[in-house]
Amino acid sequence: LAVRCPRLQLRSLSAVTSAVWLAAYALFVLSENSMVLSAAIFITLIGLIIYLHFVKIDQESLLVIGSLGIQVTSSYASGKESTTFIEMGQVKDVVINEAIHMQKVVYYLCILLQDPGDPQGISEVVPLFQSSKPRLDCLIEVYKSCQEILEQRKTALQSS
Amino acid sequence: MVLKVFFPSCCSSAESGILIGRWISEQSSAVILAVVHFPFIPVQVKQYLSEVQRVTKVSVSVLGSWSNSKQEKEESLSEFLEDLGTIFSHEPWIQISKEGGSKFWSCSTLQKHSNNPKEEEIILVYYDQRKVMLSHLHPPLDTATSADHKADDASKLSAIFDTVAKSKILFMTDRYDDGPIKLTHWQSDGVEASIIVELMKQASVPACMLLTFLLSLISGICRSRVLKFWPLSFLWSKLSTCEQLGHRLQHLQVISSNKKAQTQTQLMRKANIFVSLLIDVALGILLMSWLYRKNRIGHLADTLIPVADHVAEELQDLLQWLMGAPAGLKMNRALDQVLGRFFLYHIHLWISYIHLMSPFIEMILWYVGLSACLGLTVALCILSDIIALLTFHIYCFYVYGARLYCLKIYGLSSLWRLFRGKKWNVLRQRVDSCSYDLDQLFIGTLLFTILLFLLPTTALYYLVFTLLRLLVVIVQGLIHLLVDLIDSLPLYSIILRLCRSYRLAAGVKFRVLEQQDGKPLRLLMQINPLSYGSVVQTYRLPTYSCYPKDSWTSLCKKLFLGELIYPWKHKGEKQD
Repeated sequence: LAVRCPRLQLRSLSAVTSAVWLAAYALFVLSENSMVLSAAIFITLIGLIIYLHFVKIDQESLLVIGSLGIQVTSSYASGKESTTFIEMGQVKDVVINEAIHMQKVVYYLCILLQDPGDPQGISEVVPLFQSSKPRLDCLIEVYKSCQEILEQRKTALQSS
Repeated sequence: MVLKVFFPSCCSSAESGILIGRWISEQSSAVILAVVHFPFIPVQVKQYLSEVQRVTKVSVSVLGSWSNSKQEKEESLSEFLEDLGTIFSHEPWIQISKEGGSKFWSCSTLQKHSNNPKEEEIILVYYDQRKVMLSHLHPPLDTATSADHKADDASKLSAIFDTVAKSKILFMTDRYDDGPIKLTHWQSDGVEASIIVELMKQASVPACMLLTFLLSLISGICRSRVLKFWPLSFLWSKLSTCEQLGHRLQHLQVISSNKKAQTQTQLMRKANIFVSLLIDVALGILLMSWLYRKNRIGHLADTLIPVADHVAEELQDLLQWLMGAPAGLKMNRALDQVLGRFFLYHIHLWISYIHLMSPFIEMILWYVGLSACLGLTVALCILSDIIALLTFHIYCFYVYGARLYCLKIYGLSSLWRLFRGKKWNVLRQRVDSCSYDLDQLFIGTLLFTILLFLLPTTALYYLVFTLLRLLVVIVQGLIHLLVDLIDSLPLYSIILRLCRSYRLAAGVKFRVLEQQDGKPLRLLMQINPLSYGSVVQTYRLPTYSCYPKDSWTSLCKKLFLGELIYPWKHKGEKQD
């Protein structure tokens, strides 16, 4: 199950670059030092690389294997992938939560982890699809598929 | 339950044989460690396995059969393999077969004694044996559970990693050994070893013994009674260089101890200390070579006296400014003159002292610079100590100004209470009302007004010298922070994470490979390395770190009241 994020907008990129360069040109006119301009170009390039490698998430995906666990991958715009694997023994359930943020209600899918000491308690809540923020209908599909697989695990546990 | 078979990717091209490994029944997973080829004698195989089990304490057994045939499936071979199942009884008996050159293998299990014979789903997980063997799993959660809990929810992955790591002895025989059994595993093409590593291991034992002997000598000298007399011990405790040297000595002791590191963390700590010391000394020698080239030490010594003179002149100008009308404020002339002349005389003493020392400065500096070869941290500590010594007069002025101001504030507060007719009750630690006589009131009010009108002058002197002192303290604090950083950075772990990232694992990641209907699901298991932040956090070396003793509010309160401030607290210092 993979969810795609909105791509990097050319408009916002050019807006930010021109703002930075205008400020640098103004500084150059004031200080008569040409280093300011080259520094501005340098900073823009470095900032873009950092943004693409660490901030801008391209795709998020969820892999559920019934007997092994759940794997969450996010791949960044520069190709970097960061993965987390949660074993099935630690997963209690997968649910859709509602959150009230400012003036709107946001739905997000999350994994509930089991507390090792207390079988009924929950030790951690891991939210999924944080950057792509899919809408409720998409979340419901994902939720249904996850629940199918988790049900199989429960029946397998009970029968063995 | 779904049966999971962990197959090493190096055995994919092995010839037909039987599979040996460990069966973990509570997770219904089979970890395959090697393939034993034909021809073999079953009795010898069983003997070998029991020996391996005895040494490694891992329950290794025969799990199934593996057939790799270039042509289509041969009936006779498959029957033979099934018959093997009766010789090595194992429940369930796994049969994996690969036909031709196809990527999709067929996997089936034989259950002989089960009650409900149903078709089990099988998942094939490929893993890289060498990487899993060498890697160390970092549990993200606190392992503070009791022993019986641990057995129940022991993580599946750690069981697998454990199995492969403990079976090292199984991987020691390669195909060139003449034994009754021929195995295929990741080292079967030849056992890996490195000459350099072996040589270093041999050489390290006498080196460690020599180092331990030297260190015991040095620590014996340090602890001797001669150095414990009062003025000297006070001096040692104040100089940060001695602390740093003691810290490094401790590190050397850790490295040169004869005991082999038991756990992974101890091994990493030793390695980190070793690499950190090495880099420190290398940087120190680099610094030393830069300093001594082109006689920079001489230049430094030559510029030191003029700099000290310059600082003293600036201070004199400052005092002249304070004695006049600083920032438009009108000071009390008499007190001003007294304080100003007092401090000016001090500066004059200081300047003459420095001029007295000037012929020896170059030589002292030259010899002190030699100690930079002990490490960059030692050089930085020496720098911080030199700064402290050179600005000693600022410290003295600060103390004088602070004491005067403190006295004034106390006097003012107690006379203010007298003004209002109250008194501080020492027994009850509170303010009580009290009736004073007329002459007491008279003198008290007089003193109060005198102190009050002299307050701005003292306060101004106090403010100026406190700011100077804070400046020096901040500079020293920065140097100490840098020293701490160099001390505590786990360089070996970071380099390991960079070059051999599979050794430090935070977990695993799975990739789904191509699938075909009717064949089992194929997954590739790869190691997910730890992030740099958690590497640094897990393997940080402990230091005698210095951090601010007080919060901002208590610092401001102390400054206002005129108490002496020592903002940096060292770990291990007694709290007074």
